[in-house]
Formats: sequence, structure tokens, C-alpha cells
Amino acid sequence: MKFAIALFSPPHAPSSRRALRFAEAVLAGGHEIVRLFLYQDAVQHASAALVLPQDETDGARQWQTFISDNQLDAVVCIAAALRRGVLNDEEAARHDKPATVQSRAWTLSGLGQLHEANQLADRLICFGGP
Amino acid sequence: MSQSLLIVTRQAPWSGPGAREALDIALAGGAFDLPLGLLFLDDGVFQLAPGQQPASLTLKDLQANLQALPMFGVEALYVSARSLNERGLSDGALQLPVEVLDDVGLSALFERYDQVITL
Repeated sequence: MKFAIALFSPPHAPSSRRALRFAEAVLAGGHEIVRLFLYQDAVQHASAALVLPQDETDGARQWQTFISDNQLDAVVCIAAALRRGVLNDEEAARHDKPATVQSRAWTLSGLGQLHEANQLADRLICFGGP
Repeated sequence: MSQSLLIVTRQAPWSGPGAREALDIALAGGAFDLPLGLLFLDDGVFQLAPGQQPASLTLKDLQANLQALPMFGVEALYVSARSLNERGLSDGALQLPVEVLDDVGLSALFERYDQVITL
């Protein structure tokens, strides 16, 4: 089965951890993840500038490793990311901001990518939200 | 055959970017001509309330974006009767032409759509 996974909550939220466990189970079960999509506060997962105390789990890094290891299509909503200070080189230059903080595991793109993933997948599974 | 998507918007327009971000999903999908519905539920019904003055909170008005929904082909608009009643809002004065659904209607609505996103 083909899954699209959308995440709305920040890396420290329990739903982020649940989403990662779910995504791991999808692949372990022989299914496919057509795309991961970050929206709202979940765009913080794509920040390469998060620093956690050494004895705490770095959820954003775990996601980045999972994406790289499995060569997943992982997209961040560009509007939600800009609003929350997650910029790539191009956007930092365009908006004259000093820092680029986007992890290379993720790609900045638009909401159309969420709709496309929804059309390609058999199931859309969302984590987080109010 | 496109998969249909119901977007459930549950945030008041003054409670953060949630209401706008739910609406943006609907507008983006409308631009791609996808079959979508938008349900105003819980505090999301405040997005439809008349006489709002967002400028007094230095917020941008969401109304113009909401009014764009039909232009983007998003005409399947719903609101929960229970959510309206709980917040003292009358369905006669809402800012958009929405279909008012009771709880049974809501359950039927969720059944009709392939996918659901709640924000």
C-alpha cells in the first residue's frame, strides 16, 4: 500500500515520535511512503539549527537520518517554513536574511506537493494538529 | 478519478496561523481543480462570524481569503450546527454560504470523503 504522511506538530511533540514509528513500520511492512510533508509547526523538523541537551532524544535528527537512509521524498511547505524561520540558501538570499537553517534531508516546496501526494497515495495519514 | 479531500478547520482566526493554514490547503487544492470540501468545526466556526475587527489585534483579515474560496472552485462548505450553538452564533449571519450540518450530517460528511485533514 502507498502512504502519504503529513506532520503538523514540532519535533518535541509526542505525535512527531509516533509519526516516525509509524513511518518505520510502513517500510518494515513492505509498504511504500510516497511522500512526507511538513506543515505548520512541523517545519521545525527541517531546521538544521536545533540544539538539544546531550541526554535528550533529537527527534528532528532521527527524522533526517530516517529520510536519508531510505531515500524518501520529504517536503516542507515553503510558506509555513518562511514564517517560522526555516530557510534554504535561495530563500535566505531572496529575503535578505543572515542564516540558512534548512537540513538537506528536506526540500522546500508548495502545498501542491501535499495534494499531489494525496492523489498518489492510497492513504493519507496525518499526525499532530489541534 | 481524483481522491476527494475534506479539510476540517478547527481554529479561531485570532488564535494563530492555524485558520489561515487550513484555508491555504483548500485554496491550493482548488487551484488544482481537486474535489474538496471545507468543514468549519469547533472554534473554526468563529472564522465565519460577522462584524470582526482583526485590525484591533493587529491581525490581517482572513475574510478576503475566505471569500476567495468559491472563486477557487471550493464550493462544498460546511459548518457544524453544534459548534455554532455552543458559541452563540446564528447560522443566519455567517460570512459565507455554508451548509449547516447536525451531528448525523457530520458523520455522513466524513463518510463521503476519501481523505481528511484536520487543522
